[in-house]
Amino acid sequence: MTKITPEMVREHGISDSEYAIVLKLLGREPSFVELGIFSVMWSEHCSYKSTRVHLKKLPTKAPWVIQGPGENAGVIDIGDGDACIFKMESHNHPSFIEPYQGAATGVGGIMRDVFTMGARPIAMMNALRFGEPSHPKTRHLVSGVVSGIGGYGNCMGVPTVGGEINFHKSYNGNILVNAMCVGLARQDKIFLSAAKGAGNPVVYVGSKTGRDGIHGATMASAEFDDASEEKRPTVQVGDPFTEKLLLEACLELMATDAIIAIQDMGAAGLTSSSAEMGDKGGSGIELDLDKVPQREANMTAYEMMLSESQERMLAVLKPGREEQARKIFEKWELDFAVIGVTTDTNRLVIKHKGKVEADMPITALSDAAPIYERPFTKRAPVTGVPAFDTKKPVLASLEKIIAAPDMASRRWVWEQYDNSVMNDTTQHPGGDAAVVRVHGTKKALAITTDVTPRYCRPDPFEGGKQAVAEAWRNLTAVGATPLAVTDNLNYGNPQKPEIMWEIVAGIDGIGAACRALDFPVIGGNCSLYNETNGEGILPTPAIGGVGLLKDVTKMATVAFKRQNDVVILIGETKGHLGQSIYLREIEGKEEGASPPVDLAMEKKNGDFVRGLIEAGRVDTVHDLSDGGLLVAIAEMAMASGIGASVGQAEIAGAVPFWFGEDQARYLITAPFAEAEKIVAEARAAAIIVAELGKTGGETLMIDDKASIKIAKLRSLHEAWFPRFMAGEEIPVTN
Amino acid sequence: MKSAVIVFPASNCDRDAATALEQMTGQKTHMVWHQDSELPDVDLVVLPGGFSYGDYLRCGAMANQSKIMGAIKKHADKGGAVLGICNGFQVLAEAGLVPGVLMRNAGLKFVCKPVALTVEETQSTFTRKYSAGQTVTFPVAHGEGNYYADKDTLDRLEGEGRVMFRYQNNPNGSARNIAGILNEKRNVLGLMPHPERVVDPLNGGTDGRALFQSLIETLS
Repeated sequence: MTKITPEMVREHGISDSEYAIVLKLLGREPSFVELGIFSVMWSEHCSYKSTRVHLKKLPTKAPWVIQGPGENAGVIDIGDGDACIFKMESHNHPSFIEPYQGAATGVGGIMRDVFTMGARPIAMMNALRFGEPSHPKTRHLVSGVVSGIGGYGNCMGVPTVGGEINFHKSYNGNILVNAMCVGLARQDKIFLSAAKGAGNPVVYVGSKTGRDGIHGATMASAEFDDASEEKRPTVQVGDPFTEKLLLEACLELMATDAIIAIQDMGAAGLTSSSAEMGDKGGSGIELDLDKVPQREANMTAYEMMLSESQERMLAVLKPGREEQARKIFEKWELDFAVIGVTTDTNRLVIKHKGKVEADMPITALSDAAPIYERPFTKRAPVTGVPAFDTKKPVLASLEKIIAAPDMASRRWVWEQYDNSVMNDTTQHPGGDAAVVRVHGTKKALAITTDVTPRYCRPDPFEGGKQAVAEAWRNLTAVGATPLAVTDNLNYGNPQKPEIMWEIVAGIDGIGAACRALDFPVIGGNCSLYNETNGEGILPTPAIGGVGLLKDVTKMATVAFKRQNDVVILIGETKGHLGQSIYLREIEGKEEGASPPVDLAMEKKNGDFVRGLIEAGRVDTVHDLSDGGLLVAIAEMAMASGIGASVGQAEIAGAVPFWFGEDQARYLITAPFAEAEKIVAEARAAAIIVAELGKTGGETLMIDDKASIKIAKLRSLHEAWFPRFMAGEEIPVTN
Repeated sequence: MKSAVIVFPASNCDRDAATALEQMTGQKTHMVWHQDSELPDVDLVVLPGGFSYGDYLRCGAMANQSKIMGAIKKHADKGGAVLGICNGFQVLAEAGLVPGVLMRNAGLKFVCKPVALTVEETQSTFTRKYSAGQTVTFPVAHGEGNYYADKDTLDRLEGEGRVMFRYQNNPNGSARNIAGILNEKRNVLGLMPHPERVVDPLNGGTDGRALFQSLIETLS
């Protein structure tokens, strides 16, 4: 047996104190294979050892939650026996090293998480963060990530319906690629991963196992440095064709009653899938690696257990159902092998070439995994109102802002994604939330991903609240009832007390907002150690939200619909400029306090707006977020080609009024008579409301003084992305 | 009108085509597995969009080797209607059921967006319910839709009125803005844009309906 040296332990990312636990749990020195298994199962990526105590504080229950965190994905009840299954997950480190394959396999991995539970994926979203546009790698990374997402998702035939992209220098050495998948299943056909019972066959289906991705989970749990690109071999390679076959074959098998448990082989491949299934089922698992379909010759037990080859699933079948399953997978030309059996020993036993390579208690990998309550230190709060030039002409600033990297049209991106396959996309990318009909019904799901990282650095708590509130608002703005979220927590190194504070405060903020808005967290993923050479990213807790529209024909969109509609602002405008897009793009400052989120006001205003949409009284709604009021009006005009003439309500100063980023606000429009009623009702309900003007014409007119043609705004808004990607423009930003 | 949709490994618009056909005809569509050697008794065969065999080797090349292709060729030889959409068009071109090839888009990127098309010919099983010169909007969603044929073939296609749809703003570099063509016998249509995605006003419009109505009127 290989002698385990301290170097080997360290190279496996296991600390001295953790190794002492390993020795105690086993009562002996681990084998090399066992060391590898501990390394991946106890990695931050798989064990959530730094965040687990804090994640427990999140609200995860509601009457409509069928499955909360802990399974491959969360499940909610959307009525009529239908269930919606969804999750968001990161693939940050691999995407920085190899953007095409990193992003592609991120998409593939999250799809497997959803279809392993019995759902057919019906929509994809992705939340992407890149370095500043002027950084020499940014264009290459954008190009690779976007084509990787498209290459995989398009082949799968699942529409990619939206997402978000930010550029900021904090991501220069560590981009974020968070992919979200939403699927549909019947409530009586949901599959879990608990491998209950002994003597049941453990089957392997999908692609063959190769040497790719070995130690991916460990890599995802370490900081980056300049040598990280040498880790390219740890990035997995995706094959969407095989995944599409795997999807269809799994759904076909799931239509039978042959399956006891099923789980995809994601991070830490065969190791985590077998350990987690055994752990949840309270059983043991014995695997014979000689039976594993292999792509390469002479693979060792260590390599097979740690491989992250893609497009593979592990299932536990009812005894005697192997041939029925084999026929389905052979029809789809996929590998199928019985590689083991469940036992009643509660141990994970790995055999290879007649030798026992690992024999360890499964609970050692789950319950006994180390959990840390890492110390954290609060940074001094950021206060004060940053100085700005009050005389700057408003429309000139608008022109700059709508063409800024974070604000410009993302058409260049979404046109590379098939967003209409499956024939149910009713709201395409570019709106507040995507809307995808539940096939063959009047119901639809609204989907969004949101976070404003620049708010999260100065105030991680308010930033966490804001991410949830904005997701809730975006779902509300299309007319959906927000139901649940998945969170993808991207942070730096948790062993630094200030970063740990960002994490703890962020989770607390998310929890506070989810509780206040009745918007439980049903799953998610943590991605820590997003640092390169000691520089952490902006805290980026991305929130993926899902809501339900009972009648999709009443859906609202951002585009102005008619001339002479009254433009109504719902919510309070104080003119909060701290951390605003305006300050950053016009004054070159990332300063001030983040906007506070009044959750009670969010709920009140949002419920009011949703009521109007559901009653069929309003079909034009836009939430106010990045860039504030004037940007929102411009977006509504650009989406329709119809202009507007609007004036300032009472507040000191044009700049804070038009560009402040106060929360809990919506713009709606309605014909005059209806508008009068709406305003009266809002006032009666003590909701702050203002009539700003009217739609019409081909220009955006401010205070009857200055105007700009909608066509000009559009060309500015559309130009930046394609020009940047063509290398025509390298703007200096943030 | 009785119809069948062929399912190749990684076809992914097969269910969309069936949904559109069932919505338009009120009849169940047969889903035919690529390893079958016989077609059911149908008037129309649809080769759907998708990524058959992952577009590996060359788009459409492997699907063309499927068992079912023999039956499809027979059906077409007998004058039966065949509609190849997107990847289906690529398969038809590989099979020689329509002339020319579909190359990588000129922009080298996948492109998905609604595009305006001109209906060039209405003398066909597929387009009789449109009016000549009419503008319709169908979405495209492809990485390899750049139609190419030699000059003589293109001249012949145009001379014989076999260019059925043309792009108004060419999204992929196709020769002479060609979006859809007929075979010589005018019973096989290869079309890059997706008419099956525009039969429902809730997701993109209804401009594709007339194509299915044309087929129903001719073949029922």
